[in-house]
Amino acid sequence: MAQFLEALINGISLGSLYAIIALGYSMVYGIAKMLNFAHGDVIMVGGYIVFIVLINMGMPAIVAILAAMLVCVLLGITIEGLAYRPLRQATSLAVLITAIGVSYFLQNAAQLIWGANPRFFTIMNYGNIPVILGNDQFNISVGKLCSVGVSVVIMLGLSFFTGKTKMGKSMRAVSEDRGAAELMGINVNRTIALTFAIGSALAGVAGAMLVGVYGVQLSPTTGAMPGIKAFTAAVFGGIGSIPGAMIGGILIGVIEILVGTFISTDLKDALTFAVLIIMLVVKPTGLLGKPIREKV
Amino acid sequence: MSETKRHSNTRMVPFPSDAIVPERDLGKTPVLEARHLGIQFGGLKAVDDFNLTVGPTEIAGLIGPNGAGKTTVFNLLTKVYEPTSGTVLINGHDTKGLDVAHTCRLGVARTFQNIRLFDKMTVEENIRIGLHNSIEYGMFTGILRLPGYWKKEKRQHEEVMRLLKIFNMQDMADVRSGSLPYGAQRRLEILRALATGPRLLLLDEPAAGMNPKETEDLMETIVRIRDEFQIAVMLIEHDMRLVMGICEGICVLNFGQVIAKGTAEEIQNNPVVIEAYLGKGKGEAK
Repeated sequence: MAQFLEALINGISLGSLYAIIALGYSMVYGIAKMLNFAHGDVIMVGGYIVFIVLINMGMPAIVAILAAMLVCVLLGITIEGLAYRPLRQATSLAVLITAIGVSYFLQNAAQLIWGANPRFFTIMNYGNIPVILGNDQFNISVGKLCSVGVSVVIMLGLSFFTGKTKMGKSMRAVSEDRGAAELMGINVNRTIALTFAIGSALAGVAGAMLVGVYGVQLSPTTGAMPGIKAFTAAVFGGIGSIPGAMIGGILIGVIEILVGTFISTDLKDALTFAVLIIMLVVKPTGLLGKPIREKV
Repeated sequence: MSETKRHSNTRMVPFPSDAIVPERDLGKTPVLEARHLGIQFGGLKAVDDFNLTVGPTEIAGLIGPNGAGKTTVFNLLTKVYEPTSGTVLINGHDTKGLDVAHTCRLGVARTFQNIRLFDKMTVEENIRIGLHNSIEYGMFTGILRLPGYWKKEKRQHEEVMRLLKIFNMQDMADVRSGSLPYGAQRRLEILRALATGPRLLLLDEPAAGMNPKETEDLMETIVRIRDEFQIAVMLIEHDMRLVMGICEGICVLNFGQVIAKGTAEEIQNNPVVIEAYLGKGKGEAK
């Protein structure tokens, strides 16, 4: 029982990290109608920025995270402006291939700049809370609990932003009908750039948490696997939906940890993706995705 | 070219010389001047040498058989398509090189043949997207809910209600626009366009799918909108009762070319127009 609870809590915590990354995928897909496969690599860049500011420059963790967010925002806007904006009228396949190209570019650039040696750092190391349950005892990491809180705050903030503010409303308008939104005087390019900025800021936070809280080693390919998992989570929850990304992320995290704890660590990725495939067969639009009906 | 004379009592003809505008609009900058406008898709000239002048308070009609290029003209005027030749002046401003959003800010708003509302948003939110350009508070005022925010929110809400009143739709403000009946969606689209504060309102088949009673009401409303807002309206419509009933200047398009321009009576009796609609030979009905 204690083992199950511990796994569940760890799963929710890991899932909340996936959720933060998935939000980036989902928002960009919802508004720009493209899959930004370079998103995972922006996370990696965020990780390196935290490393530089935290370890090399010896600044406090919060400064390092803010710096990572800032750099990621600039990187995200630059990628969008240079690589994706010129392809706005191109087929979605061309944009997808470009995104994969950007992803490899970032990985190789990181290897050139920072080398391939793995690095580590720790943020939010506040120790563990021991939980005693009958005869069993397990520990909950305070850092991991904080990360759940951070992702909940981010999701609520984003829901509020898209629902209530002027920029948020223009984002929804662009996501529903880009042409009509433009004819209402909305600057579509600026709205899409803003979406990339928000997604990339989240990637900066995710990079800091991935390495600093979850102890993943930092290397040029660090972002790839969490990126794919989070993309899975976004599809699982219904891509384009903010609560969907959150729920999808947490479910994928819980499944991964439960499978790793009780079945096999080797199988955890295989089974996680198997769940995705089953999900897509049963409900192709994801948990919260709405079916697109073609008018005839 | 214009033939202007120095005598004060001479009735002038605004240029291009074949253009007509309502007499009350004489001497004012036309809201729209299209000069030699054309667009080519590959080898096909979808619209060719399109000239039109619309006065600032005119209700203009654009008619023609299916596929004549009417919606293409709207797409050119709103810069959805960049014309391959000619110019579009909105209130005297050249729109060359401007994108859709900037052209909208010059004062052109439109509705669509196939309704394109933001279906998942409420009626009020749809209109607020139209009001978008007049919301002055910045992002942080909005997020932090500073006092200025509430004041402007209130003003916006009042503005939305004032617009909804035009069609007596106040009680529908919180309805999701996707679930409105067809006629109400068409009316909401007009209101959303009006919310952008246009000088020229382009309506693409506003009466499509409406019954005769609804069309009758729509005719009255279009005239009322023109009078109240003092703007120009240009509409594409197949319902000739509507076109002949309210349009002051009518332009007939066929195969991408203007084949006739004039008042309702002139158009109705123009043999070229009758031929375009009914075909060559003995058209038995008019």
